[in-house]
This record gives sequence, structure tokens and C-alpha cells, in this order.
Amino acid sequence: MTADPFRITLRRRYRSERIFFLTLRLAVLLIGLVMLAIFGYIFANGYRAISWEFLTTPPSDSMTKGGIMPAIVGTFYLTVGAVAFALPIGVACAVYLTEYARQGTFVRLLRIGINCLAGVPSVVFGLFGLGFFVVFLKFGSSILSGALTLGALILPTIITAAEEAIKAVPQTFREASLALGVSKWRTVSRIVLPTALPGILTGSILGIGRAAGETAPIMFTAAAFFTARLPSSIFDEVMALPYHVYVLATAGTAIEETRPLQYGTVLVLAALVAGINLFAVLIRGYMRRGKRW
Amino acid sequence: MENTLIITVENCNFYYGTYRALTDVTMGFERNRVTALIGPSGCGKSTLLRLLNRMNDLIDNTRVEGRIFFEGTDIYGKEVDPVEIRRRIGMVFQKPNPFPKSIYNNITYGPRLMGVKKKSDLEALVEESLKQAVLWDEVKDILGRSAMTLSGGQQQRLCIARALAMKPDVLLMDEPTSALDPISTAKIEELIEALKKELTIIIVTHNMQQAARISDRTGFFYLGRLIEYDDTAKIFTNPQVKQTEDYITGRFG
Amino acid sequence: MEERRHTSRAYERELQEVKENLLYLGALTEKAISRGIQALLERNSELAREIIEGDGAIDRLDREIEERCIRLLALRQPAARDLRFITTAIKINGHLERIGDMVVKICEKVLLLNEEPQLKPYIDLPRMAEIARGMVKESLDALVGEDLALANKVRGDDEIVDRLNEQIFRELLTFMMEDPRTIHRALLIMQISKTLERISDHAKGMADMIVYMITGRNVRHETADTET
Repeated sequence: MTADPFRITLRRRYRSERIFFLTLRLAVLLIGLVMLAIFGYIFANGYRAISWEFLTTPPSDSMTKGGIMPAIVGTFYLTVGAVAFALPIGVACAVYLTEYARQGTFVRLLRIGINCLAGVPSVVFGLFGLGFFVVFLKFGSSILSGALTLGALILPTIITAAEEAIKAVPQTFREASLALGVSKWRTVSRIVLPTALPGILTGSILGIGRAAGETAPIMFTAAAFFTARLPSSIFDEVMALPYHVYVLATAGTAIEETRPLQYGTVLVLAALVAGINLFAVLIRGYMRRGKRW
Repeated sequence: MENTLIITVENCNFYYGTYRALTDVTMGFERNRVTALIGPSGCGKSTLLRLLNRMNDLIDNTRVEGRIFFEGTDIYGKEVDPVEIRRRIGMVFQKPNPFPKSIYNNITYGPRLMGVKKKSDLEALVEESLKQAVLWDEVKDILGRSAMTLSGGQQQRLCIARALAMKPDVLLMDEPTSALDPISTAKIEELIEALKKELTIIIVTHNMQQAARISDRTGFFYLGRLIEYDDTAKIFTNPQVKQTEDYITGRFG
Repeated sequence: MEERRHTSRAYERELQEVKENLLYLGALTEKAISRGIQALLERNSELAREIIEGDGAIDRLDREIEERCIRLLALRQPAARDLRFITTAIKINGHLERIGDMVVKICEKVLLLNEEPQLKPYIDLPRMAEIARGMVKESLDALVGEDLALANKVRGDDEIVDRLNEQIFRELLTFMMEDPRTIHRALLIMQISKTLERISDHAKGMADMIVYMITGRNVRHETADTET
């Protein structure tokens, strides 16, 4: 065969490409396996505990029997409260940073600060919530304090996601609107925000997941060890799913006996987070219809 | 003579930071005429266009010197609201940029924010603008459909219709056909010809044949200066400045 | 004249080729004029026939130049200087082709004249021919050198040829009045003189176009001395 330099390099290139793809596939496979193992394990251990009664009654017999209804409701309130607090402020902050603020040292420092906040351990937020909301503002250990603390926790995520979403709105949309003689504020509110909304929601989904699952921030600010009754105002303490698991698994009187209850609670928590995510994904998909550019 | 000029630019300099993009530009734009601005990339023609409706305001760290009068008012005067200027001087961009809304809402977007509320008024405005932009026949049955489903050429005509719905006195066009195929380009050129009865058009183009075909007056820019400004027929058959001649005959660079 | 090159080298070359072809056509035509007058003076029927047959080459070249110009217009969309050059080239091409046909006409008259004895010695006719030939040559020189002064000189020369033509006309008229037997020959010579006058008109037309090409000003149907 005559020497054909291209054939050789081509073959070599195919080989290196195959190895590369194989590595990538292995990585995906590994993650899939781990995920499957975790969910499988939780499901296998927890599904027996799930029943209508489990979902709709409060714990009984020193929390060794009964359901987790107050914790579900509590987590729901805390999560919704956190998002209700963090989403408007986060979006407003992102709009200011991207559309109005003069890009300079101050804004750069602010961004670094926000990114740092995103990396701060959640227990630090818990202590901050205790010091600021519970003690200083005298909200006490309550839904309000817990939701605000969780809101502060997810604020950086929402700001960053909203900023990215707003930046992804094509500059040409802004120009088109401004060139029509539309004011900046109206351009932002009528064109930029509606276009960025699906992206902003993606950020919120991440925030929701995190808010629902955190234990440390609510431990000092909102969560009750046990309360059979449902909250009647935002100044009431509530039970919450993650904290309930924590309590059952570490501080209960019968840790071993309540294992099935613990797994059941975890399963409900995971399902709740998945459900909220799914809901947000559906809304986002609905809003994205016909908005490709 | 004065009242035939709708916009006059006097000794205008423009800076991006310390970079001087326009040097001592003085020129007048005639009412109900098509004026083309030509020149190589980076010669300042688009910068000048964006000065005329204060779009350059949106860029940080820029500075304007000299004066620009629109119907006798200095548009960079202290008491002037740029939003009001942009209402009267519309703009069409290089790439079609309809909003991700329906065809109908694209056109009513501006008028609604200006306070036109009555449905019948809005509908009449939509029909009139789309007819002016020669798009009505193609979209009259699909006004509720997303503007993003239109072809590039239709999108650009929709953008023209959207600008026309604001009833501007002047329409600035920044290379409006550079992203379009020849047929769409021809449609837009024809529409420009028809529009000049009602308003003044200033167009930046890289396509010299286009400038020759559609404009009455042509200004040639080079390195931020207005080199030559004359009747289009004169510029393309017998320009007076060597740089213009070199550019339009393709002897540049 | 110093000239910046086109960004497109192919375009530059095509323009250059049109110019070269035009000059070649000019050279052919010029030569035809001088050889035609030679055939007249030497009463050389052989030469006259040769020139008549040679006109085919001029016609072929005329067509080729025209096609090249049309191609350039269609494909390159020339502007300004280039546009003026090509329109000038098309017109000059036409003028040269017509001049070629006129030389053929002269040669046909020469053949008829040669069947009879010479009427008179030619004095003004060769002068006229020489001036007309010079006008063709100088227009082409003006084209190559973009020489406005030379083009204007050619436009002035047309006047001289006109006056020579009138002079010949009067002279031949006296011949015919004195002796009716000379009428046939005198008429033929008159026609030759008239044809030379028209050749110079074409040369002036060429010079007019060259003035347009250089300045962008249309000077046709103006007299030459109104400008400098």
C-alpha cells in the first residue's frame, strides 16, 4: 500500500475520539447509577411507610407512630414563603445590576459578594436568621423567620440565574423597543422581563429545591420539634420535613424503631421537591412556546 | 432652503471613550428624500445614524460635540427627552428584530404604550402600517401568529411596519437588507421608494448598488469624516473626490 | 497617470483588455484610412480591394469589444470612472467601426475613379485625409493618456476639415461647370471628400466622449472653443 499520511492521522483521530466519548459515557453512567442507588434505596426502605394515614395525621406516641402531616404543611409554607420573599427581591436586584447599574468596580464587588453568599454554608444562614429575624426583629421562631432565612439562602441563586436570563435577552429587543420611543422602564417591564421569565423560573426551581431540603437554616428559626396542630399565623412555629427526619434519626427516643418512618418522610420530601420542580418546568415550557428567537 | 432640511448636523464630533469615531461632520438631510450613507466598515456612518435618534446615549462612556437639529430643535439640548426624539425618528435595524409576540402585538406595542387604547383604532393602525410596509396581504389572516414564524424578509417588513405605526417623521435604516435574500431586498427597496412620499429616510448601506438604486442623495464617509455629499447620480457617475471615486469603483484598501 | 488598483484583479484586467482591444481597433482603422488615401493617390485598385476585404477584421473586433463591455456592465456594475470609461469605450467602438465602413466607401469610389483618367492632381484631399487620420490617432492617444488638452485639440480640428471640404466642393463645382464630362468623376471625388469630412466628425465624437470620460462633463453638440 502506498503511504497515505491522511489515512494514518484519520485513523488515529478516530481512535482518540472514541476514547473521549467512552470516558464521557462512563461519567454519565456513573452518575446515573449513583442516583438510581440513592432513590432506589430510599424507595425500597420508605414505600411501606407511605399510606393515606401517614400523609394526613400528626405524629403520635412520642413520634414513634402516626403521620407527618404538620411537617408537610410546614415545609410547604416555608418554601413558598422563601420564594415569595426571594423572587421579587432577587429579580429586582438582577434587573438593577444588568439594566441600570453602571458597570464598574462597585457592581463587580457586589457580584463577588453575591457569589460568596451562594457558597456560604447553610448553618451560617441559620445563625444569621436566629440573630437577626428571631432575636433582633423579635419574630421569634416562626414561619416568618424561617421563610426569610431560607429566602436569604436562595437569594444568590435567584439573582445569578435572573441576571443570566436577563443578559440572554437579545440586545436587539431592547434596541427595537427603545427605538420606538418607549421608555427604559417600560422596555424592561414589557419586553425584557417577559422574555427572561422562563430563565428566571429555572433559577427559582433550583432555589425551591434547596429551600425545601435545607435543615440547618430552619433548625434555629422556624422548626418545632413537635407540634400536632397546624400553624394559624406566620408567627407560629411549624414542623418541617427535613428537620423531622433529623430529629427522628438523631434525637428521638426510639431511633431504630422509627427507621421506616424516617425513610417514608425522606421519600415524601423527595417527591415534594420533585413535584414542585415539575410544576415549574411545566410553567416554563408553557411560557417558552413560540418564543424562540 | 432651510425648511427643506429636516435634520441638520453641525460640526459634529463623537467619541467612544478617547476614540474619535466622527470628526467634524456637517450635513443636512432633505425632507421626503432618501439619503444614503456609504463607506467602508468603521467609517462612522452607523455611528452618525445612531446619533440622529440618540441611540448612542445607551452606550456608556461616549461623548457628543457639535449640534444636531431636528425640525429646528437641538436634539442634544438639555430640555429634550430622548424618548420623544425616538418617537418621531424611527429606526430599523440590520437584523430583523421582531418581539417574541404575535404579529398584531408587535405593531400595537408602541402605540399602546403611547395611550392608544380603543380596539378599532389599534386594528386600523395595524392594517395601515402593514399595508404601508407591503406585508398586509401576506399576514392579514395570521395576525395572531408569533412574529417569529415569519421569514426573514417578512420579519424585516414587520419591523418597518412596527416603526411606521408610531407615525415617525424620519425613518433611520441601518443596513436593513444585509441579512436578506435578493427578492426580499427588492421588496424593501420598492417600499422605501413608496415611503418617501410620507417621510424622510436615511439609510446606511454596504451595498453600493443599493445606495445607487434607492437614494436621492449620497454621503460618503471615510475614517469618521464626511468626504463627499452630493446627488446620488453625481456620486456614482462623477464623484469629485478621489477617495470617493476609489471607494465606489472598488479600488479600496 | 497614477492609478490605484482594483481590489478585484480580474476586474482590473478585464477593463485593461477592453482598452487594449480598443487601441488595436483604432490602429486598424487608422491604417485603413492612410492606405485608402494611398490607393486613391496611386490609383491602386489592388490595394483598394484589399482594404475592402480587410474591413471584416474591423467588424469582428467591433463585435468583440461590444460584447466585452456588455459583460462588464452586467457582471461588474461599474461606477464612476469605470462606468464613464465603459460607456466611452462602447461609443468609441461604434465610431471606429463606422469609420472603417467609410474607408470601404472611399475605396469603392477609388475603384470607379480608376476606370477613368485622373481629373486633377489631388492637393487638399490628402491633407484632409491626413488631418482626419491624425484626429483618430490623437483621440486614442488622449484616451490612453487621459489628456484633456489633446482631446480638445481634436475637437477643434474638425473645423479645419469642414472648411477643406467646402473648398474642395467649390473647386469641383467650377470643374463641372466648365466641362460636363467631368461631372461623374467630380461627383465621386466630392463624395470621397464628404466621407472624409464625416470621418472627422466621428473622430470629434470620440474626442467628445473622452472629454466626458475625463471630466464627467457632457460636451457633445458644443463647439470646441467654448472651453479650455
